Amino acid sequence: MSFPDYLFLFAGMGLVTYLPRWLPLFFLARRDLPKWLVEWLSLIPVAILCSLLAPILFTDQASRSLEIGKPEFLVAIPTLLFAVKTKSLGGTVLIGMGLYWISGFLLS
Amino acid sequence: MTEHTHVTTKNESWFWDGATASWPICFGYIPIGLALGVLATQAAIPFWAVAMMSILVFAGSAQFICVAMLAAGASTWSIIFTTFVVNLRHFLMSSAVAVHLNGIRRLFLSAFAYGITDESFAVNMTHFRTGNWDHKRAITVNQLANTTWIISTVCGAVLGQFIPRGAFGTDYALTAMFLALLLFQLHNIVYVLTGIAALGISVAWYLLIPGDSYIIGGSITAATFGYFFKQYREKHT
Repeated sequence: MSFPDYLFLFAGMGLVTYLPRWLPLFFLARRDLPKWLVEWLSLIPVAILCSLLAPILFTDQASRSLEIGKPEFLVAIPTLLFAVKTKSLGGTVLIGMGLYWISGFLLS
Repeated sequence: MTEHTHVTTKNESWFWDGATASWPICFGYIPIGLALGVLATQAAIPFWAVAMMSILVFAGSAQFICVAMLAAGASTWSIIFTTFVVNLRHFLMSSAVAVHLNGIRRLFLSAFAYGITDESFAVNMTHFRTGNWDHKRAITVNQLANTTWIISTVCGAVLGQFIPRGAFGTDYALTAMFLALLLFQLHNIVYVLTGIAALGISVAWYLLIPGDSYIIGGSITAATFGYFFKQYREKHT
């Protein structure tokens, strides 16, 4: 592909990525939202985080099938305990990485 | 979060606060960005095109899909359409973050929208809830993550094969960050039940329906369930 081809492709991708990020901010942030909507939206972060994590923790993503007890899930348990104890985001990332790295040697 | 409670409301420290909050994201982006760059090189995409894609699109999963689709010879329109579907979830995140940016200038909001990703959204929402957070700190998180992403992807494209994949557990960095952020969001039983519902629904959705609709489908269904549970609970206590 040539430069104009790439530019057209990425500009198109950029536009359809930007619009869903921009529309709600541009039109919702200037007005007072109804109470039910604020309450519903306050549950969205938890719901999205769990939806993002669920396939990583409980499924084999190559074959898209259920997999209980995979390393990602086993490592998540002590990682979460560390987060409960310390309330540290940075520390939890480092501990999670370290445990996952070690699990690569232990579980293979 | 405890590590940020010392910042009270001093306005001068916004950049430092944003930088401190963004480092777990940047840390997680580096290996993923490098990997994307390497894959792009293998798909014969030049490094300047990788830079252009990271600047114009800034959406990790969509960029991986784009590289795979280009390698498979997909058409431009099908790649753009897939990108649209994959990134629709940001509509929800943008709506949720709008609650905390009430009354901010529209020009600023338009710049802020560019940097809304799964990661910056989760970090900023956690900080907005605990207080001591504002639009300047939030956009600092967005833009530092963006800069890290662009540099990492280009480095991956240029340095290519020299970097071992997944060294020191870097593959798990973002997963660990999501786990911690999730934990910090669990304020009461309503949030816990919403989370459990989202886990169950999105796994089932992921297994039954191809594509990425499980993220939007799982979140909307679980948040709605959580909302009605909260209504029920308030009526009966």
